[in-house]
Amino acid sequence: MAKYDKATIEELIDGTIDFFQLKDMLSSFKDPGRFDTYLEILQERVPWEDRILMPYSLHLYVVQKSDGQRIIKCDCGHEFCEAHDNWKLHALIHVRETDEKLQVLYPELLAPDPQWQVIREYYCPGCASQLEVESVTPWYPVLHDFDPDIDGFYEEWLGRPVPQPSGKSR
Amino acid sequence: MAMQSSDVNLKQEELLNQQYRQSIGWNGKTLKEMREETDRLTAQSGYYAGLRELEFKQSEPIRYEKIFSKLRGGLVHARETAKRVAASPIVEQEGELCFTLYTPEGDSIVTSTGIIIHVGTMGSAIKYMVNHNYEDNPGIEPGDIFCNNDCHIGNVHPCDVHTIVPIFWAGEVIGWVGGVTHVIDTGATGPGSMTVGPVTRYDDGYQIACRKIGHDDLLFQDWVIESQRSVRTTKYWLLDERTRIAGCHMIRDLVLGVIAEEGVDTYKHFSREVIEEGRRGLINRIKAMTIPGRYRQVGFVDVPYRHEDVEVPPYAKVDTIMHAPSEIVIDRSGKMSLDFDGSSRWGWHSYNATPVAFTSGIWVMMTQTLIPNDRINDGAYYATQFNLPYGSWMNPDDIRTAHSYAWHFLVTGWSPLWRGLSRAYFARGYLEEVNSGNANTSNWLQGGGYNQYDEMHAVNSFEAAAEGTGASAVKDGLDNAAAIWNPEGDMGDMEIWEYAEPLLYLGRNSKPNTGGFGKYRGGNGYETLRMVWGAKDWTMFFMGNGYVSSDCGMMGGYPAATGYRFEAHNTDLAERFAKQLPFPRGGDPRPAEKVYEKDLKADVKRDKQAITTEAIFENYDLYLNYLRGGPGFGDPLERRPQDVEKDLNGNYLLPEFALKVYGVVFQQEKNGHYRVDVEQTAAKRLEMRRERLQRGRPTHEWMREERGRILKDQASTQVRHMYATSFELSGRFLQEFRSFWDLPEDWNLYEKDLDMPTFGSHHRAMNSNKLV
Repeated sequence: MAKYDKATIEELIDGTIDFFQLKDMLSSFKDPGRFDTYLEILQERVPWEDRILMPYSLHLYVVQKSDGQRIIKCDCGHEFCEAHDNWKLHALIHVRETDEKLQVLYPELLAPDPQWQVIREYYCPGCASQLEVESVTPWYPVLHDFDPDIDGFYEEWLGRPVPQPSGKSR
Repeated sequence: MAMQSSDVNLKQEELLNQQYRQSIGWNGKTLKEMREETDRLTAQSGYYAGLRELEFKQSEPIRYEKIFSKLRGGLVHARETAKRVAASPIVEQEGELCFTLYTPEGDSIVTSTGIIIHVGTMGSAIKYMVNHNYEDNPGIEPGDIFCNNDCHIGNVHPCDVHTIVPIFWAGEVIGWVGGVTHVIDTGATGPGSMTVGPVTRYDDGYQIACRKIGHDDLLFQDWVIESQRSVRTTKYWLLDERTRIAGCHMIRDLVLGVIAEEGVDTYKHFSREVIEEGRRGLINRIKAMTIPGRYRQVGFVDVPYRHEDVEVPPYAKVDTIMHAPSEIVIDRSGKMSLDFDGSSRWGWHSYNATPVAFTSGIWVMMTQTLIPNDRINDGAYYATQFNLPYGSWMNPDDIRTAHSYAWHFLVTGWSPLWRGLSRAYFARGYLEEVNSGNANTSNWLQGGGYNQYDEMHAVNSFEAAAEGTGASAVKDGLDNAAAIWNPEGDMGDMEIWEYAEPLLYLGRNSKPNTGGFGKYRGGNGYETLRMVWGAKDWTMFFMGNGYVSSDCGMMGGYPAATGYRFEAHNTDLAERFAKQLPFPRGGDPRPAEKVYEKDLKADVKRDKQAITTEAIFENYDLYLNYLRGGPGFGDPLERRPQDVEKDLNGNYLLPEFALKVYGVVFQQEKNGHYRVDVEQTAAKRLEMRRERLQRGRPTHEWMREERGRILKDQASTQVRHMYATSFELSGRFLQEFRSFWDLPEDWNLYEKDLDMPTFGSHHRAMNSNKLV
C-alpha cells in the first residue's frame, strides 16, 4: 500500500509536485492515511483555531465551532452557513448574462449565447475569492453541489468517532 | 383423409426432437431459465448470483488470478491483432473497437481495452436473444454468428455494429463473445457514422436486430449481399466485420483452451465469482476514495434546429436545450445511486440515448477515475442503482427515436458526474484524481460523396478523439489530448486522414483560449483547416455545441469556450494557387477578426450554428474542424504568473485575456517574448478583487430579481421549452423548482403555450425496450 510523507502531500496541495511522482501516485493504490495528513496540513495553514472536520472545496472547510456547531468557513475566516446549508446562497454573486459581460472571458463567437446560457460567479464576501462558477440556463436553481455525511464518513468508513469540541462527549 | 407414412415419420421425428431435445443452458436449463435464476438469486441475496463468499478466489487466489490474466490478456491481444484486419482509420488508427466475454445469460465477465462502453450493450443484445427464445428459433448452435446494432435492443448508436458468437462446450453454451467496431457509415439519411439529419429511427440507417448472419463460422451469402448494399462504405464495412469475427474467434479459442486446462466446472465458477468480485470492487473503491453524502450537478447542450441550415421535417424544427441534472448519493454501505430525475424529454434529433447506452457507457468514464483497473464487468452495474426517467432523452418511451449521435447528450450527461466525484476526491485529499470536467467532444467533421479515388465514400473524422482535458486540482488539463469516450485518445496522423478523406490540410493548430480559465486551466482544443480536393458530389456538415458550453468549471474555474463554425464556398483559391497569391492557412485564434477572409474571396458562414445538416461542398471549399477545450479549476486570480507567461509565449492564451481574466500585467519584449511583472500583477489582482466585492450582490437579493423574471416569463423560448419538457416528466423537479424560487403552488410552464411544434409530446409509439 502506498504511503507518502507530509512534504509530498504539501507539494501536491501546492501544485509543485514532480510530474513523474504525480503519475506514480495516480497509478498506485490509494494511501489510506492521506485524509489525516491532508487535514493536518490544512489545519496548520488556516489562520483560525476552529477544527476542520472536512475540506469542502478550494478555500472552504466544514469546521466545528467550540459549541459543536458545524459550519462552512472560508480560509480567510468568513463563515458562510450551517454545514448542510448551501453556502452559495450566502455568497456574493455576479451573473454574466449579456454578450458584453461574457466576452470579457471569451473571444467573440467563443462565448456562450446568453439567450441559451449564463455564467454565475460566486465570491467570498470576505476575501473576494471566486469559489465556484456555474454555467447554466437562466432561471436555474442555485446548485447545492455537495452535502457530505460527515458522521457516516468518520464513524463507519474511518472507524472512529467524529472529533468533539474539547470538554464535550457524545 | 388417409395419413401417409412419410407424415407419420415426420411427426414422430418432431416428437422425439421435442421430447429429447437437450437445452443448451447449464444443467439442462434453457438460457432463459438461467437468466431468470441469476436475476432471482441476485435480487434475493444482494450478491451476484447469490455468491456470498468468493470461495475460489479465497482458496486458490493464484489460480484465480491466472485465469483472469489469461482471459484479460487474451482479449486485449485479440483486439490488438484483429484491428489490423480493418482498413477504416476509425478502427485501425483510433482503436474504436472492443471485445467482451459474457456468461450464457449475457452478463459481462471481462472486457478488452477500447470503447468499453460496450461492456453492457452486447450483453443487452444477448439478453434480448435469450429472452426472445432464440434457442428455439432461429436456434443457437456452435459456429453461429449473430449481429446487432439496434439501439432499443442494446446499443449506443447504430454505427457501433456488434458481432456476437456463442461458445459451446460439450453441448452447453459456456458463454458468448462479442466484438464491436464503430463503422464509418450505416446507410443513414446522411453520410457519416453519426450523421446529423435523422430525426427518427427510420432515418438512422441500416438496423440489424439480433440477426443470425452465419453458421459453421461462415457468413450467409444473403447477409453479405444485403449488408453490402445497405451502406455507403462497403469496403470498410466488409473489413470491419472480418475484424470483429477474427477477434471473436480468437477469444473463443482462448476460452476453450482455458476450459481444457482448468476444467469446465472451474471456468463456470470463475465466471460467476469474477462478476461478484467486480461488484465488491466498485464498493471498495468508493469507500477508499470518496465521502458518503449527496452530490448534485448538471449539464446542458444546445439543440438549435430552427436554423435554416438544419434541414429536417417541420415537426423537428425545435430550438431546445438538453437538460441532464444528476444526483449522486453514496450511502454508508458504499453503494452508489445515480438519479437523473428532471431530465428533459427525448426529441426529434439523433442525440437520444437508451438506458443500456447510459448504464453501460458510464463505465468508459468511470474507468478513467473511480475504477482504473482491468476488472470491468457487469459487477459494477450490479453495485450501482440508476434512475433514468422513462420518457426522458436517456430512456425514450417511443420506439421512433433516432440515436446516431447519442454521444452528444451522453458525454454532457456523464461529465458532471466526474465533477461530482471530484468533490469527494478533493475532500478526501486525493487531489491528483480531481477532474474539473470534460470537453464537449466535437466538432465532428462528417460527410460523403465520391472521394479522390472515384469511390462512393463517407467520412467521420476522429480528430475529435483528442480534445482538451479538464484541469485537475494540481495541474492544468492536457492540450488536445483525449476524449471522455475513448481513453486511448489520438488525433490521428494528418497523412492518414488525407489518405482517407478528400480533404487537404491547410492548417492544424492548438487553439488559444478554448480551455476554461482557472488556477489550473483546462487543456486547449485545436483546429484544422481543410480544403476539399478531388471530391465529386460531396457534402459535409457540422456537429457540436455552439450556443452553450456543455460542462461547468470547478471550484472557481471557468467552463471551456463554446463552439462556432466556419465554412467557405465558391472560393477563389484555385486562382490564388495559380497566381501564387496568399491563401488561408493555420489557425483562427480570434474568430471575429475573420483572419481567413483576408486572403480569400468566398461565400463564408461564420457563426454560432455549430450543428448543420448536409451542405454541398465543391473542390477548393473550406471547412474548419474545431475541437473543443476542457474546463478549468480554481480562481484564475490564483494562477501562478509564470504559468500565464508560459501560456502567452506558447500561444495558448490571447494576450488581452491575460490582463482581463488573470489580472496579469506583462510586457512584450523586442524579440516578441512576453514577460510578466509580478509586483504589478499582485497590485492588479488586489484591484480586481475589490471590483468583485463591488459588483457582487448577495445571492438572496439576486434571487428575488430572478424570481420576478420567471413570473414574467422572461427567458428565451428554447430555455422555457427545456423546462417545460422536464416539468412534464417530473413532478419532483417541478416542485423543487417552485420551492426554490418560492413560486405559487399552481405555477407551471406548458409546452403547448410555446411557439414550437409539439409532435411527440402526446402520442407515443411504445418502446419495445420494455419487452426485453
